[in-house]
Amino acid sequence: MRVRVKVGVALQAMAADSALLLGLVEEFVTGQQDSKAEETATGVKNGQFTILQLVEALGLSLTSSEPQTRGRGVQLLSQVLQQCYGNLQESEVEVLVTFYENRLKDHYVIMPHVLEGLKALTKCLVLPPGSAVSILKSVFQDAHVQSLMLAQRSCVYCILINLMDSREEELKGLGSDFVFGFVQSMDGERDPRNLLLAFQIARKIITQGYEMGKFTEEFFEVTSCYFPIDFTPPPNDPHGITQEELILSLRAVLTGSQRFAEYLLPLIVEKLDSDVQSAKVDSLQTLAACGSLYGHKELSEFLPGLWSSLRREVFQTASEKVETAGLSAVSALVASLSRSVLSSDSEDVLHVFLDLILKDCLHHLAEPDLKLVWPSAKILQAASNASYRASLKVMSAVMPSLLEQYNTQTQCSQRRTLLEVLQGFVQPSLHGTEHGEDNVLVEFQKPLCSAVFSALAESSAGLQITATRLLTSLGKQSGLLPLSDLELSVHHLTRLVLEEQDAQVSLAVMECCGALAYIYPEAFAMRMVPRLKEAIFSEPMVEGDRPCPSDSNSQQAVRRRCVTALASVSSQPSLVQESVPVLLQILTSAHTGRDSFSSDEVTSVCHSLQRIAEQAGQDPEVGQIFHDIVIPRLLGLAIQAALQGEDSSGRNSLLKDEAVLSAIVPVLSAVCARLHSELASLMASRAVRLFLDGDVSFLPENAFPSNLQLLKAHPDSCYQTRTVCLLMACVCSLPRSVEIPEVDRLLVELEELSFTCLHPFSYTSAAKCFAGLINKRPEGTALDAMLESTTKRLTAEVENQSPMRMQAFTLLLWVAKALLLRYHPLSTSLTDKLFSLLGDSELASHAADGFYLLMSDSPDVLNRGCHANVRIMYRQRFFAENSAKLVQSFNSAVPERKAAYLKALSHMVNNLPKQVQLTELPALLPLLLEALSCPDQGVQLSTLSCLQPVLLDPPAALTTQLDGLVARLLALNSSPSMKVRIASLRCILALSHLPDHLVLPFRAKILQALAVPLDDKKRLVRKEAVLARGEWFLLGNPGR
Amino acid sequence: MSGGTRLENANPLVFQRSGERLLTATDEDENVADPIDDREIFDLIRSINDPEHPLSLEELNVVEQLRVNVNDQDSTVAVEFTPTIPHCSMATLIGLSIKVKLLRSLPGRFKIDVHITPGTHASEDAVNKQLADKERVAAALENSQLLEVVNQCLSSRAM
Repeated sequence: MRVRVKVGVALQAMAADSALLLGLVEEFVTGQQDSKAEETATGVKNGQFTILQLVEALGLSLTSSEPQTRGRGVQLLSQVLQQCYGNLQESEVEVLVTFYENRLKDHYVIMPHVLEGLKALTKCLVLPPGSAVSILKSVFQDAHVQSLMLAQRSCVYCILINLMDSREEELKGLGSDFVFGFVQSMDGERDPRNLLLAFQIARKIITQGYEMGKFTEEFFEVTSCYFPIDFTPPPNDPHGITQEELILSLRAVLTGSQRFAEYLLPLIVEKLDSDVQSAKVDSLQTLAACGSLYGHKELSEFLPGLWSSLRREVFQTASEKVETAGLSAVSALVASLSRSVLSSDSEDVLHVFLDLILKDCLHHLAEPDLKLVWPSAKILQAASNASYRASLKVMSAVMPSLLEQYNTQTQCSQRRTLLEVLQGFVQPSLHGTEHGEDNVLVEFQKPLCSAVFSALAESSAGLQITATRLLTSLGKQSGLLPLSDLELSVHHLTRLVLEEQDAQVSLAVMECCGALAYIYPEAFAMRMVPRLKEAIFSEPMVEGDRPCPSDSNSQQAVRRRCVTALASVSSQPSLVQESVPVLLQILTSAHTGRDSFSSDEVTSVCHSLQRIAEQAGQDPEVGQIFHDIVIPRLLGLAIQAALQGEDSSGRNSLLKDEAVLSAIVPVLSAVCARLHSELASLMASRAVRLFLDGDVSFLPENAFPSNLQLLKAHPDSCYQTRTVCLLMACVCSLPRSVEIPEVDRLLVELEELSFTCLHPFSYTSAAKCFAGLINKRPEGTALDAMLESTTKRLTAEVENQSPMRMQAFTLLLWVAKALLLRYHPLSTSLTDKLFSLLGDSELASHAADGFYLLMSDSPDVLNRGCHANVRIMYRQRFFAENSAKLVQSFNSAVPERKAAYLKALSHMVNNLPKQVQLTELPALLPLLLEALSCPDQGVQLSTLSCLQPVLLDPPAALTTQLDGLVARLLALNSSPSMKVRIASLRCILALSHLPDHLVLPFRAKILQALAVPLDDKKRLVRKEAVLARGEWFLLGNPGR
Repeated sequence: MSGGTRLENANPLVFQRSGERLLTATDEDENVADPIDDREIFDLIRSINDPEHPLSLEELNVVEQLRVNVNDQDSTVAVEFTPTIPHCSMATLIGLSIKVKLLRSLPGRFKIDVHITPGTHASEDAVNKQLADKERVAAALENSQLLEVVNQCLSSRAM
């Protein structure tokens, strides 16, 4: 009884299901409700109905005499199959395939749905053997692909791709018929989306080795007819197909097989004659791509034709792109010819090709003042760089003739060109030495070196500069600069450092010294450093009683060059060991007043020390030298000088100067930032003990008073307190992991100093040092307590009209920055304070400039180089949180206070990354335009400099404001400040690059207005006006 | 210039470019007026592109600072240019480019005279006459093909 009930229920359910299915089919086919397909598919997927049931239910519609109804029936089946092809049985697939193949012969309105269905079936893993071939045969036979619509053609390509992926073996059984069918299907395809698919199939046919048989040429024809591709995607193209994509996929097909060589190479030669530059570039790049596959068999026949086209392109082109592509094609051809294995009876095609090149190029090298010398040299260099064998042949032909010409030519400019060409050939190449073969150039080493030396001895700047570059190239390759020539080189370079006054030559010499000293440190340590030292400390020639001014000038210049050279060569520890003592000796003499060094020279010594520290990086040896010798000496000298300042009778040490102190700071900070942990901790405790307790034990020459108190403010002397900047340099740039001993006491002292000191340099440095320490201090109650008391005092001092208001403001600014960088919650209250100061009668302008400080990187403290705690995107965050506030206070401010707000705003916007500027600009644009009319020149300038980069890639918001912008920019052309005039002209120039339809209406007005600055009294302004007006003239004109 | 077309002078002499004008302290001084001088005019025209070669007029020695004469007070400019070969068919075009560049870049008060260096071109007089004729210069610039070539010469290095 119970069993029967169950069966009954099941039967009822089945009946209900089939009724449901019939209903769905009915509604889809005759009711035209497309959503029913989805429901049916869901039913099939979760097992409610089977495909068989669906076909049965479809029965009538599939056999209907109305093509529309049949179409609708097939459509439903195909749509269901697209979702359920994974659940099918092999037998079901077989039946369905046969059904669909028959339908291909049916009415054309049914065709789209049939193809969709077949596409779904080709994705089946259980496709029975033989079906793939039969599907293809039917499709090739019954569907005339190119008469189908776009989507159906794409369907056919997808069927091919699916079958090629899963049934490769079966398709290969078709032999060349498959290729023939494909060729017929794609012949005439025009849609870029389908072309990408077709090229993909073509590429598979080649790489998977389908038989092409007698259809090779047809296959090449049907693909190569698209070459070179010229495709401009329509604006707002949703498919995102680029010309580049098409070019690359076609190139992969054309260059994919050696069998195409006989068709492709003549095609390339033909297309190179084209007038269209992109066609030329594409042809050349395609030729270069052939290089990796083709060998001498494919190439030899076409070499003369290819060469004459290549030569013409490189010789005559005006475009760098064509030239570069041409040179890489030459290189690729030579490389592929060098790779090919020779058969014993054929001649060496590489030599034949190189002979062609040499014949056409070599004689141009003999005319160094004519135009073609350069393209010829570049071609020969490209050929020689392609392989070792090629370089052997090219070098042995080129080098002797170049060297001989160099030696016989007398004109400077020609010799210079020859030397530059030589340098191009001496560039270190990738091949050769790595295979253990001798450098090709070794046999020319002697004459090359003597050419360099003769050029270095010339008086022509151009010749000397080229010679230093050639020398560097020689030095970088093993075997090209043997010891005797190296010594001679160092001798020449030293002489140039000492004697050459031309700034550019000097720079080139320094670069050369730097590069060579890195490779050959001993030679420079032994032969250059001692001579530089001698020159630095030699007394200038004295005529009569006092040195004549020009002479002392040149003595200064020599010293400056020597100092720079010392820094340039100091890249290896062994050289640092030699050069640093010399630099320190200069500082010592400057301190004691001997040898008449100027304060400029002392600063340049400091720059050199800084450079040495920076280029040494993390090198522990150099770190040790700096830690043990340089830092104690620098601190010692600076503190001695500061103490001397107390007794006015003393000698006048240069190290008292604020400028010199400021130059010592980056040296210390560069060193400390790079110290390893042990030395860093030692450094921290030494610096703290020195400044807190007057412990001078680590300083050299123990000549300090015992009760040294460097951090105590003196009302009438600033010398001692200024040294606080040295403390900052030492403790604020150490890695964050280093613990600063007695940091609380140190902070209290620094706070006191920055509140009470009267000297701006001292209290600013103290505030910076305080901020630097606060920034790195770990979170916790100690920090919070400290901050609370400081903030209280700050607020009180800033709000009262106390005489120390400026000091309090400075500390406020720096502490705000320190906290802002690390996202400390207290930073908001401090920056709010700054915002409110923008309305202050006394401090408004300082507060506005303070925003520059908040938003930009400070060079000496609180930057990433000093290991400061800087969170990413703090600028964006600060801006996002505060811009609205700023705009609001601007709107409510009294007119005479508005300038400060605008200034603050332009500082903030200027320091934002460009991406953020673009997104923020729409909201701020009205305000920035207002800022352009603000009388403050600083605000104008800063706003213009912020607008100019934005104008190069303008946001949409700008376009509605163009009128106002143009009017304001033109008004600024009559500003009394030339910098403002220049900046506004640059903005006007930038405007000319906006889309034509936006700016054309302004053309006449702007051209007329720009006639005025053409007659500006300042040349620099005229120059910008000429540039801007020239571009505006071209706007909307042919030939732009 | 592309394809198989042969250039009239495929391998011309190339001269070195002079560097940028050095900035002096007076250039930056707001209160000093800088007169328009020969070098300034030369700087305007030296970077004009040659219609045939990827080279500037300076590199081909078509223009030299020596052959530029300016008088700021009297508002006159005279420029002589030297075609690379005496039969150069581009001479008129080069002259026109120089003239147009100066017209666009100099204040309206200047009288601009552009002519061929005496004795360097076969049809020197005819070219000079064309360049001196205001009407013909204006008419030439109405021709959009000609204007296109001139603009290409004047644009800051196309491509």
